[in-house]
Amino acid sequence: MIISIASGKGGTGKTTVATNLAVSVDGPVQLLDCDVEEPNAHLFIRPSIRETKTVTTPVPEIDLEKCNQCKKCAEICRFRAIAVLGDTVLTFPELCHSCGGCMAVCPEGAITEKGRELGVLEAGAMNGVSFVHGRLRVGEAMSPPLIRAVRDRTWADGLTLIDAPPGTSCPVIAAMKDTDFVLLVTEPTPFGLHDLQLAVEAVKILDIPMGLMINRADVGDDHVRDYARAEGLPILMEIPFDRQIAESYSRGDMFALAFPEWKARFREMIEKIETMTGKGAGAQ
Amino acid sequence: MKIAVTSTGKDLESPMDPRFGRAAYILIVDTDTLAVEVLDNAENVNAFKGAGIQAATMINDKKAEVLLTGYCGPNAFKALEAARIKVGGDVSGTVRQAVAAFSDGNVKLVCEPNAEGHW
Ligand code: SF4
Ligand code: SF4
Repeated sequence: MIISIASGKGGTGKTTVATNLAVSVDGPVQLLDCDVEEPNAHLFIRPSIRETKTVTTPVPEIDLEKCNQCKKCAEICRFRAIAVLGDTVLTFPELCHSCGGCMAVCPEGAITEKGRELGVLEAGAMNGVSFVHGRLRVGEAMSPPLIRAVRDRTWADGLTLIDAPPGTSCPVIAAMKDTDFVLLVTEPTPFGLHDLQLAVEAVKILDIPMGLMINRADVGDDHVRDYARAEGLPILMEIPFDRQIAESYSRGDMFALAFPEWKARFREMIEKIETMTGKGAGAQ
Repeated sequence: MKIAVTSTGKDLESPMDPRFGRAAYILIVDTDTLAVEVLDNAENVNAFKGAGIQAATMINDKKAEVLLTGYCGPNAFKALEAARIKVGGDVSGTVRQAVAAFSDGNVKLVCEPNAEGHW
């Protein structure tokens, strides 16, 4: 089973939930940190990294000797990543989405692909949690191919947890798409509600079952709960604002390890999700 | 010589548009005859990214040798450079004034982009 953990905005405690869930389950579990712009699950899991791999995305390279300036490549590129200017063809690799369209239409076979570096993938493990994350190169804007590379490590059996990037744009969709369940982490504040509504609409489009986890559940008001009721969204767990939890977080610890009662609650939540999706942790 | 001027309207009396990729119109002006060809840039105005690249391609296809505009970002500049189109940045006033200033040698041609890209 694959569960993605997402939130409409950053700072809701999404990574706290993902890492604590990972250490709470008994069976085989893997955590894929797909927040490649700001990966931080490793700060809590502290895996020993055994593999580091550069991830690239294909971008076009033009052989001007073969090119006849027909402009077919520039016309098909929706992202304006190729321009034919007189007798030169200019490429803008950072605008290219690697769709392959230009290579397919070039009548002269003048376009080949070369790899452009997006970042690195690192994999390792800690105490039975298998861990993979991606780190986007500084200044890089094209994160979905790196997210897909991390997700390609999803194993066939056992439980896979995905820490999705915050927001509702392309990278989030790349992280949530084709997962079995989306756990939305939110706060019961007006800002939290607004961002939650955007996230819920995105998950609806992807047609994935979802549930809510309310963090800092005792601050704010009841609007998030009212909204959940109106939308028929199950609230699977609430974490109050708790000094001990906050302290363990600031030390980089996972409170499910320090407090067995929380570990049991996280485990119960996984069981609820299993019932809702009709999938055991082992099934995919 | 043909020069391209970014414009808010379709004739020589129109105020210039300071933007390049997202200018409302681009006028191709013949400096000898002051004949004007109007390029409607509406499609580029709403482009998500790469508007400057597209605009550079457009004026290159019209054989303009110089571009007079306000700001020009890095990608557009790269495209203009490849097309060997010289850029007069920080130009303002009406299109007619800009063309006159250029013909009198009063426009400095820049060699660097003078705006941030649109990310
Ligand atoms: S691969 Fe696609 S996005 Fe990239 S330059 Fe070619 S057509 Fe454009
Ligand atoms: S499609 Fe091929 S031949 Fe045509 S302009 Fe592009 S690179 Fe040149």
